[in-house]
Amino acid sequence: MTAVITPPEVAPPEGKPVELTVDQRPLARKLGPGAPIRLSGLIGPLLLLGAWFLASWSGVLDPRILSEPWTVWSTARELIADGRLQDNLKVSAERATYGLALGVVVGLLLALVSGLSRFGEAVIDGPVQIKRAIPSLALIPLLVLWFGIGENMKIYTIALGAFVPIYLQTHSALRKIDLRYVELAQTVDLSRTDFLRRVVLPGALPGFLLGLRFAVTGAWISLVVVEQINATSGIGYMMELARTYGQTEIIVVGLVVYGLLGLLSDGAVRLIERRALRWQRTLG
Amino acid sequence: MAAHSGLRPTTAPVVVESLVRGFGPKGVLNGVDLTIEEGEFVALLGPSGCGKSTLLRALAGLDRAVSGSGRIVVPAERAVVFQDSRLLPWARVLDNTTLGQRGKAARDAGRTALREVGLEGREGAWPHELSGGEQQRAALARSLVRDPKLLLADEPFGALDALTRLKMHELLRKLHRAHQPSVLLVTHDVDEAIKLADRVVVLDHGRIAVEQVIDLDGDRDPSDPRFAAIRKELLATLGVGETTASDLRRESA
Repeated sequence: MTAVITPPEVAPPEGKPVELTVDQRPLARKLGPGAPIRLSGLIGPLLLLGAWFLASWSGVLDPRILSEPWTVWSTARELIADGRLQDNLKVSAERATYGLALGVVVGLLLALVSGLSRFGEAVIDGPVQIKRAIPSLALIPLLVLWFGIGENMKIYTIALGAFVPIYLQTHSALRKIDLRYVELAQTVDLSRTDFLRRVVLPGALPGFLLGLRFAVTGAWISLVVVEQINATSGIGYMMELARTYGQTEIIVVGLVVYGLLGLLSDGAVRLIERRALRWQRTLG
Repeated sequence: MAAHSGLRPTTAPVVVESLVRGFGPKGVLNGVDLTIEEGEFVALLGPSGCGKSTLLRALAGLDRAVSGSGRIVVPAERAVVFQDSRLLPWARVLDNTTLGQRGKAARDAGRTALREVGLEGREGAWPHELSGGEQQRAALARSLVRDPKLLLADEPFGALDALTRLKMHELLRKLHRAHQPSVLLVTHDVDEAIKLADRVVVLDHGRIAVEQVIDLDGDRDPSDPRFAAIRKELLATLGVGETTASDLRRESA
C-alpha cells in the first residue's frame, strides 16, 4: 500500500516543529473518487424501485396513474407466457442492432476519411456538423416519403442518429494522435496500412468507444420513436397498443424492457472499453 | 531532401556535404561536412540550439518542408532512438519492439533484442509498467530489431537519472561492440561523449567547430588524466573553461 504524507491541518506557530502523520489510504482515495464499490451501478436503480414499491403499497400512487410493481410483474409473466414480449423484443432488438451496426460502420468510415485527409474533411465534416444540428427524428417525415413505412425507414432513422457521435468522437480522437508517433512511424518505415492498424486505429479507439456509448443510447431512443409511428410489431408498438386500451401495466413493462436494454448495452460497451483500453493508466 | 548525384566516390556509409538548413543570419546549419565510417561511433556535442538535433533529423529523413541545401548519403537501414522512448502506449513491449516488421521471424528477433537489452520476461508488459530506463531499453531493442547500419540517437539518456544513465552507457557500448553499426549520438553531456565515442564532433553556430578523436581504450575512467585532459579541451571549445561537465549538463538542460 502506498503511504502518503499529509500536511498538518492547522498551521503551527512559527518555529515549532511539525509532526507529519502518515496517511495509509492509497492516493486514489485521497484525491480521486475512492475505491470502487461492488455492483455500484445497481444501487441507484434499486433505490428507485424501492420508492415505487413504497408509493404503490401505501396508496400514494394511484394505479390508474402508474400500475403497482406486482401488477407489472404478473403482466410481464403473462406477456412472456404467451410469447408476445419475446416476439416484440426480437423485432425491436433486430431493428436496433441493424441500425446501430449501419451507423457505426458509416460513422467510422467517414471519421477515418475525414480524419486522415484534408480533402475528406473539407467534403465530409461540414455536412456532418449540419446533420448534427438537425435531430434525426425531425427527418422522419422525409424518410417516410423516401423509404415508406417499412423496416428500412426504421433502420435508417436509427443509423442516422447513431453515426453522428461515432463520427464526432472518432474524428476528434484521430486528430489528437501525437505527432511524435507519426514521426516514429516514419523512422520505422511503417506502411500506410500498418500505420492505420498499429497507430491510428488503436490511438483513436478511446474516442470511438466513447462515441459508441452515445450511439448505443441514441439507437434505443430512436427505436422508441420509430416504433410508435406506423409500426405493427416491436416493444414500442406493444406499448402504443396498450395506451389505446389504457393498460398502464403493459406500458410500464415496455418501459422496463427499454430501460434494461439500455443498461445492458451500455454495460456491454463499458466492458469492451475496459478490456480494450487496459493499456491506459487512469483513476478507473 | 538534397540531391544525391555527383558525389565523390567514398566507402563511408554516411556522408554529409555542405549541409545548410534554414537560411540567413538565423540559419540552423550553415554548411556542415561530416563523414562517419562503417562501425564508427560519433558523438555530436554542442550547446542547446546549436543545430545538433536538426542535423540528426536531417540524417533520419525527418526534416520535411524545411529550406536548405547540401548533400546527404545515409544507409537505408537506419534506426532512430529519441529522447523519449516513444513506445506506443497501446502496444505491449514486444509489439512495440517489432513495430514495422511482420511475421514470426520478426517476433523472434524482437525477443532476442529484448533479451539483449535485459528486458527478457517483459515482452507482454505495457509501456507504462516499465521504468524510464526500461522504456529506453525497449526503444533500443526496437532499433536493434531493424539491424541498422546507422543508429541515430537524439539525447537518448537525457531524461534518465544519473545511475540509470551510467548503466545505459554500458549497454550502448556493449550493443555497439556486438552489432557494429555506425552511430551518431547527439548529447550535451561531455563525459558521455568521451566515454562512448570514437570521435567527438562539436557543433557551434551551425558549423562543426572541433573534431576530436578519442583514442582511449579500456573502461575510459573519468578519473584517468587523459580523459580529464580531453574533457578540459572540449569544455574550453564549448566556452565553459574550468567548470565541470555536470555544470554544463545543468546549464543546457
